[in-house]
Amino acid sequence: MNSRAAWLFVGPPMVVIGVFFFFPVLCALVMSLTDFDLYALASLDNLRFVGLDNYTELLRTPLFWQAMGNTLFFVVAGVPLSIAASLGAALLINSKLAWFKPLFRTAFFAPVVTSMVAVAVIWRYLYHTRYGFINYGFDLLGLAPVDWMGDPQFAMPAIIFFAVWKNFGYNMIIFLAGLQSIPSELYEAAELDGARSMAMFRHITLPALAPTMFMVSILTMAGYFQLFAEPYVMTQGGPLQSTVSVLYFMYEQGFKWWNLGSASAVAFILFMLMFGVTMLQVRMASRGLEE
Amino acid sequence: MTCRRIGAVVLALLLAACGKPSGGPVELRLWAMGREGEVVKELLADFERDNPDIRIKVQQLPWLSAQEKLLTAFAGDVTPDLCQLGNTWIPQFAALGAIAPLDEQVARPGGLAAADYFPGIWASNQLDKVLYGVPWYVDTRLVYYRKDLLAAAGFAKAPATRDEWLSAMRVLKRRNPERFGVLLPLNEYEQLLSFALQQETPLLRDGDRYGNFRSAEFRRTLAFYAGLFGEQLAPRVSATQISNVWDEFANGYFAFYISGPWQIGEFKRRLPAARQDSWMTAPLPGPGGPGASLAGGASLVVFKASRHKEQAWRVVEYLSRPDVQRRFYALTGNLPPRRSAWSGSALEQDQYAAAFRDQLERAKSPPKVPEWERIGTEMRLVTEALVAGQMTLDQAVTELDARADRILEKRRWMLSKGTTQ
Repeated sequence: MNSRAAWLFVGPPMVVIGVFFFFPVLCALVMSLTDFDLYALASLDNLRFVGLDNYTELLRTPLFWQAMGNTLFFVVAGVPLSIAASLGAALLINSKLAWFKPLFRTAFFAPVVTSMVAVAVIWRYLYHTRYGFINYGFDLLGLAPVDWMGDPQFAMPAIIFFAVWKNFGYNMIIFLAGLQSIPSELYEAAELDGARSMAMFRHITLPALAPTMFMVSILTMAGYFQLFAEPYVMTQGGPLQSTVSVLYFMYEQGFKWWNLGSASAVAFILFMLMFGVTMLQVRMASRGLEE
Repeated sequence: MTCRRIGAVVLALLLAACGKPSGGPVELRLWAMGREGEVVKELLADFERDNPDIRIKVQQLPWLSAQEKLLTAFAGDVTPDLCQLGNTWIPQFAALGAIAPLDEQVARPGGLAAADYFPGIWASNQLDKVLYGVPWYVDTRLVYYRKDLLAAAGFAKAPATRDEWLSAMRVLKRRNPERFGVLLPLNEYEQLLSFALQQETPLLRDGDRYGNFRSAEFRRTLAFYAGLFGEQLAPRVSATQISNVWDEFANGYFAFYISGPWQIGEFKRRLPAARQDSWMTAPLPGPGGPGASLAGGASLVVFKASRHKEQAWRVVEYLSRPDVQRRFYALTGNLPPRRSAWSGSALEQDQYAAAFRDQLERAKSPPKVPEWERIGTEMRLVTEALVAGQMTLDQAVTELDARADRILEKRRWMLSKGTTQ
């Protein structure tokens, strides 16, 4: 009796998830084994079942590997930078010495809620080789101007800074909530024992924030693997494809060239990669929490 | 695939749920992009007054996502009755079997005068001699240049050949090494494509089955293009790095700029008053005199799935009338594809449009295969690597052929399947 009631409640959402999530995912998986493209859209007679060819072909495509490398660079450099910026900002705002807390909180959070395209246009001006504010600052410091958006070496770092600036406010709010839930008695006790602020940060703040840190790192990483809007708006993958991300590559395959088979294969490779890295994080975090 | 069929069923149910009872005037659905989508409503008001049996519902699409939306509509069997379509997209939609052939309608007595249209533009709408679209407006690429800078360098008129052009740019560069001759953004391929269309040798060979980039003529084209960067006559930048083309043109950062007719209005509006007398347009220089250029623009197409093809054709005919096209030009600045629409219109007086009138007679369409845009993009990417010094010319053309052949693999399979059937 009880279980029937439970199924009645669980059933409808399960159906919805099944139809709108698992079924499309299954379709995509099947599609990734075919050469579904524009011709196949015209008539299914033009569809060939190609097995794992899409996957092997991708692994032989230099641009795919480049996209993979670019994305990993973005994740490896961007995630720690983003978390550090978020934590730093949260600590500053949470500090007893800070003035105008609500103002700073709003200011730091503002980039998160502003339109990506609008801020990207502004950042493109900031990065401008001849008129940009950043190169103006470099000039004042006596440094040579950098061709931010035109030099393949600098385009990705420029995108990383932009992405970190755009996103750190979100994690900052989460960290702030975490910081505020740390009981102040701990700090008072530590102070009585003569602990300095660095020691308090290391032995109270960081351990107390561990669960928050775990969640933030997983969310940030998952988000950063899906890099798309920044290169789409700022560089369109250039210069010399140095800012093509896996998702951008997939978008071009799927929605620009209509190679939906190959695009689905990219999606599954990205999924497996993210799944693997997240599992690794979970394992590391659970070991860390046990200690 | 079953997903598609199920999608179609769901959409059909949805449509059935909100469909209207029949009777009364026929309602046509017309999709148009960007500014044209706004303006066409105004043009069609007169048509609706004269044709009370037809009502037209205009849906505006943004250019950037138009192709995606049209393909999605095709997959879901909800294509409109007629649509504005970029003429380079016609091969794709014809390959899909989404758009209807129009030869029968054109051939009717008193129908459209095909000979009145610029030949290259008309041909861009034909595949294997079957017409799939009627040109609505045209564009092509030519050079915008700074008269005053050229005059100061000792050139009284715009260069007509590539050699003349090169020597003019070299003089300009010598006079001011900080500046450049021409802007060729590295993230656009239309400029290189325009040069390549001036060749006799086609860009694809064997019935568009393989790339033909290793041909001697394309090598020459590419060498000319890459040489412009090598000699510092063109800056190595992409369009996203030039924050404001008009400012830079006004500052003299470059003296030549290759673009389409939409820039006439922009130049008039955005260049400072002091510079208004110092710019002009000229046909694209070719290897031996004014050369060919890209046949671009948009066409009107009728969808196969439409149940009101006759009425849709009447709309196409109305929008193709020279007087309506002149109004269309006045509203948008889009150039008409018919010679008769040019004569006696404000366009004949426009000094900047004259070069376009001349260039349109030599407009040429890029290879008409659905894969072309992708091959064009590869052409741009390989050229970018060539310009950056990561490849030699030989490697570049070999690489291009390899990429084109890979992209055309499915087409070859389709063609071989077609002949064995």
